[in-house]
Amino acid sequence: MQIISDSVLLFRRHLDTTMKSKISILIGMVQPVLYLLLFGPMLEKALPDASGSNAWQMYVPGLLVQLGLFGAGYAGFNLIPDMRAGVIERMRVTPISRLALLLGRVMRDAVVMLIQAVMLTLVAVGFGLRAPLVGVVGSFVMVLALAISLASMSYLLALSLPTEYLFAPVVNTVALPLLLLSGILLPMTFAPGWLSVLSHFSPFRYIVDGMRDLFLGHYATRSVLEGAIVAGVLVVGSLALGTRKFVQANS
Amino acid sequence: MIQVRGLTKTFSSKKGNVTAVAGVDFEVGAGEIVGFLGPNGAGKTTTMRMLTTLLKPSGGSAVIAGHDLLRASGEVRRTIGYVSQTGGAKPAAIIRNDIVLQGRLHGMSKSEAHARADAVLAEFEIEDLAERTAATLSGGQRRRVDMALGLVHRPPVLFLDEPTANLDPQSRALVWSHIRRLREEHGTTVFISTHYLDEADNLCDRVLIIDRGRVVAEDTPEQLKAAIAHDTVQIDVADAVDRAVETLARVDGVHSVSADGNSLSLACDQADQNLSVLLRQLDLAEVRVESVRVVKPSLDDVFMAITHRGRTEATEHAHA
Amino acid sequence: MHTIRDAMIVFRDEVSASLRNRVGIAIGLVQPCVYLFLFGPLLTKALPSQGDNAWRMYIPGLLVQLALFTTAYAGFNLIPDMRSGYLERLRVTPASRLALLLGRVLRDLVLLTIQLLCILALGLAFGLRASLPGVLASAGYVLLLGISLASLSYMLALRLPLEYLFAPVLNGICLPLMLLSGILLPMTFAPGWLRGISDANPLRYAVDAMRDLFDGRFSTQPVAIGALVVMALAALSMRLSTRVFGQYNS
Repeated sequence: MQIISDSVLLFRRHLDTTMKSKISILIGMVQPVLYLLLFGPMLEKALPDASGSNAWQMYVPGLLVQLGLFGAGYAGFNLIPDMRAGVIERMRVTPISRLALLLGRVMRDAVVMLIQAVMLTLVAVGFGLRAPLVGVVGSFVMVLALAISLASMSYLLALSLPTEYLFAPVVNTVALPLLLLSGILLPMTFAPGWLSVLSHFSPFRYIVDGMRDLFLGHYATRSVLEGAIVAGVLVVGSLALGTRKFVQANS
Repeated sequence: MIQVRGLTKTFSSKKGNVTAVAGVDFEVGAGEIVGFLGPNGAGKTTTMRMLTTLLKPSGGSAVIAGHDLLRASGEVRRTIGYVSQTGGAKPAAIIRNDIVLQGRLHGMSKSEAHARADAVLAEFEIEDLAERTAATLSGGQRRRVDMALGLVHRPPVLFLDEPTANLDPQSRALVWSHIRRLREEHGTTVFISTHYLDEADNLCDRVLIIDRGRVVAEDTPEQLKAAIAHDTVQIDVADAVDRAVETLARVDGVHSVSADGNSLSLACDQADQNLSVLLRQLDLAEVRVESVRVVKPSLDDVFMAITHRGRTEATEHAHA
Repeated sequence: MHTIRDAMIVFRDEVSASLRNRVGIAIGLVQPCVYLFLFGPLLTKALPSQGDNAWRMYIPGLLVQLALFTTAYAGFNLIPDMRSGYLERLRVTPASRLALLLGRVLRDLVLLTIQLLCILALGLAFGLRASLPGVLASAGYVLLLGISLASLSYMLALRLPLEYLFAPVLNGICLPLMLLSGILLPMTFAPGWLRGISDANPLRYAVDAMRDLFDGRFSTQPVAIGALVVMALAALSMRLSTRVFGQYNS
């Protein structure tokens, strides 16, 4: 189908550009890596019912979602220089479908995030993470879904904001509460009633919980199902909204 | 007012040392307007930043208004005004408030600072701009605000770095008239750095030509022009161009003759005095003269002559 | 002494502009408030070992986090002044370099104090009960930290060759500093090697001291060490920064 080949064409082009500066892939990982190195080790003592690798099985899934929020969530940033240079406008006048324009970028972002997720998980293994391979691979599928949705939402944001200087502050202001409410730093099991209720409004909470079960080797649980459904809804919804924005946007 | 001895500045970088100013000596008397003329990169701005205490000299010394530059830099800052190339107005600040701030930082009380702000706004004819912010002004208006900021404390010495760079001709003329008035009405000593030859020619009592960190010539604009470059005489003849060229080339003081159709161009000394000789020779050779024009050298020619000569000498030394 | 006078002139000029920017002050509060609302309650339940008032353990760290993420970014205000030539113009006045720095740092302290009071008020609403003299003394520690962070931030802004590097470099420094100060979880939970690294972090000593002070314990070793660290850091930072103000060359 035309859309797919167009998307792949654009995807290849974007990936080539990204691969030329491998440093940028590493820089996108700095924040979660720092948390891994400097916060992760403390959780063994802090989480009373977690011992040894158990604490890492609790923490790394959340860390991967954090990678998504602050990594793929910033994907729209790359759109801004292109917008300024009029590249987007030019592309929109070609016969390439709107969806392909978005997909090409999103696919690149998904690949980058997958690479980063693998590296992060490997480092965690070095720190003592032990988890079933099947579970980890299953989690990476969720990570992919996460990357696609967050990148699409990020592009949507970049195209919707009146000025480019608002982008970083808005992303930060939105990502931080989502991070905390999804039980990423500390699981929501300790939350008082109202906080727990609030956390159910964060889609990422379900994804984190699902991934935690996968890392523990529990595959047929409610959390996994909920996580998968939420991830699926996010992907479809964000792609739809993102494409519509690409169609409407005037730069 | 200003005495500079052997001022030097060397910058060290990864590629080695760069000597931006290689020993500069000069003096500026009270009430003089003196210009530092040179191309970009010659060391003008570096010298000026040393004299305004922004940069520490690598060597040499200077005395400004009786204060030693190295040992009494605080006193120097009290007695000088400085207008940098980009100016120092705070873009988002209301101009009047910015000028008052400047006055207060120079030790004035609130009422003094306000009074001086009024005075300096009037002097530069920017009273109607006083409640606006610097960011909303045109280039010429900005320059006048910058000068107001530099003069609010009525310094006896003013340093101006490229005062009319990037300004339209009208604003340039306005700035020049303000500078002249400073000297006429207040006896301010003004030191200007510029790469505009017409600015140096128009404004300065004396010009110091600086090239590659050294002062290579120093005199009044007129003397420099007379001493170094030649006058140009343009003579249009009716016919017998070759004969005319031959005749003129033999006259004493004529350095070169070239012809473009019927127009002859001569480089010669003291054209005013020699003009009658030239015309008489042409008359004797039976060449009919249609028109004569004497063009005095500009500082442009002076500059080319000096630096060109400087560069040739340098290459000779290199080969020696 | 005319340095104080000049510093006050600079301070009054800077503070009126900053206080008008109420949005900016509010934005600085967002991060600590979010943590207060969404992380604090979690923590206090998760660590029952902290005794009757887990907020006494958490708020000191939160105040240091506030200082870190607002005052450490003070240098941002200097960059436009550098670009416009305004800073250079001020340097050719008789005002000393110390006065130019001090005026700005005082402004940053005023903003920090306002934000500090807001967080303390919110903490009270959430259930914080602590020794009042302890809280006041802690505020002193935070302000001293503010002096250091602001001065070092200005120094960074003056020294960095490219202004767009400022935010990334600062982010890269502040995050590890925060994680290593025991702000999210006290360093008592950290394995030995991690504790060792955090020994090199001056902010950790401030947090430890403030936790004792909030409990009403004044004559403990952490309180004394913390005081020495924040005072020494403030003095050192100001000295370094003053020198860089004088050397700055556009």
